[in-house]
Amino acid sequence: MTGEPLLQVQALRKVYGRTVVLDGLDLDVDAHDVVVLIGASGSGKSTLLRCIDLLEDVDDGAVLLEGRDVTDPRVDADAVRARMGIVFQSFNLFPHLTVLDNVTLAPRKVHGIARDVAEDKALAMLDRVGLRDRAGAHPDQLSGGQQQRVAIARALVNDPVLMLFDEVTSALDPELVGEVLGMLKELKTEGMTMLVATHEMGFARQVADSVCFLDGGRVLESGPPEQVLGDPVEDRTRRFLRRIIEAGRL
Amino acid sequence: MTTTWTPSARQRDRDAYRRGRTRRSVLVSAASTVVLVGAVVLVTVTSPGWARVQASFFDPRVAWTALPDVATGLWLNVRVWLAASALMLVFGLLLAVLRTSRSPVLWPVRALATGYIDLFRGTPMIIVLYLVLFGVPGLRLQGTPQSQAVLGTIALTMTYSAYVAEVLRAGIESIHPSQRAAARSLGLSNTQTMRFVVLPQAVRRVVPPLLNDVVSLQKDAGLISVGGTILDAIRYAQIQTSETASFTPYVVAGVLFVLISIPLTRFTDHIARRNGYTFTGGRA
Repeated sequence: MTGEPLLQVQALRKVYGRTVVLDGLDLDVDAHDVVVLIGASGSGKSTLLRCIDLLEDVDDGAVLLEGRDVTDPRVDADAVRARMGIVFQSFNLFPHLTVLDNVTLAPRKVHGIARDVAEDKALAMLDRVGLRDRAGAHPDQLSGGQQQRVAIARALVNDPVLMLFDEVTSALDPELVGEVLGMLKELKTEGMTMLVATHEMGFARQVADSVCFLDGGRVLESGPPEQVLGDPVEDRTRRFLRRIIEAGRL
Repeated sequence: MTTTWTPSARQRDRDAYRRGRTRRSVLVSAASTVVLVGAVVLVTVTSPGWARVQASFFDPRVAWTALPDVATGLWLNVRVWLAASALMLVFGLLLAVLRTSRSPVLWPVRALATGYIDLFRGTPMIIVLYLVLFGVPGLRLQGTPQSQAVLGTIALTMTYSAYVAEVLRAGIESIHPSQRAAARSLGLSNTQTMRFVVLPQAVRRVVPPLLNDVVSLQKDAGLISVGGTILDAIRYAQIQTSETASFTPYVVAGVLFVLISIPLTRFTDHIARRNGYTFTGGRA
């Protein structure tokens, strides 16, 4: 590794109709780092993650993965996506497949791994998220927290170099939030590079290497969590954090 | 907050590349269309029997003479189609609502609706037409319609209502139970829940398959000519064919049927696109 960031977002621009969601956003993520994105609803956190995963076409700027511009239309987007994992707020498990089939779908169909090999690997992964005994269940038979853990296993089984988390605990009951955030902490100790959009400030404080506050389609302020969350420079960051405290979430 | 933006060199390069790809796709599709159509035409017109087939099916003079009568007849088909469309939607909706009703009191009605749908979905259209066109007048009951156009419309409605009912039922059942729960929690009755919450969502969801049935009905409206005394497009074509010994009038009728179905087919596509049924996931 040459010290070049694993992920570089350069002057990224994304527009929906007349709404400018990302307005020349810059962001670097070093390998093995956990970067937490905070910001109000509509500040572009989800859009940024979707652009990085090439689920959205960007309108300008670039996303560089390991130094290579993956937003170039000449790049095979499927191959790039296969190297990243994303976990969504609303789980997005395939309701017609069992837990095991949800996890083995990409290994078998994208990576061409034989069913028995893929299933062994998937079961090991389900073991890690504590759901090996539910392998035969369908998603609707699981709690929200269990579904989200399956979604994480489904992304991890492909050995991604980068994991993206899009408010993965926002749709969960408070007592289920812990089990999912626990998974993320464990991933950090294993050295996974992660970009995490969240409203869980306690998690950001404990786990993040750096925190980025998104506002007006750019990173308004970034730095170590104790600085951004404890003693922010920008007035808008202060106001955002005050609202979070008032809502009882810090 | 928004700064003025001019595309970067990188973005201009990407846009130029995408434009190039688009141009290339258009050229490829044009070329493949020309080759395919050319091949089909070539094989057809160089086939040994082409001269006879052309005389029997594609005689321009016969087509021109047949056109006024066939077009006049088509107006009857259009009226039958429009009337049957309206009736089938009303009757189909009634059947669907009855079939999805939950009340135990309505069990016999539900069974009747289910039986009706099973019967008419399984019976060939032409048999229903014969039964209604010849069977009903044969009863010699007072007050039954005697016009074959009216009877034909009834027969078409009977069969198509069964299809429409099933499409609507699928729509009703696809609405998540949480929607019903939310509506009932607000104090809406079962009927109100159906009327104001479930049906509006269900109908929107099944508009494309419903319009598909409307297009199909338009084409089957030509079958009423089996009544014999109906002067519709197909019947006129039959008369012209018996006079000229060429099947060209049928082809003329067929072309006219296709022409009036095209706008509706495009409209169906448009609705489906608007509802987001097509793939909209950015770059594939």
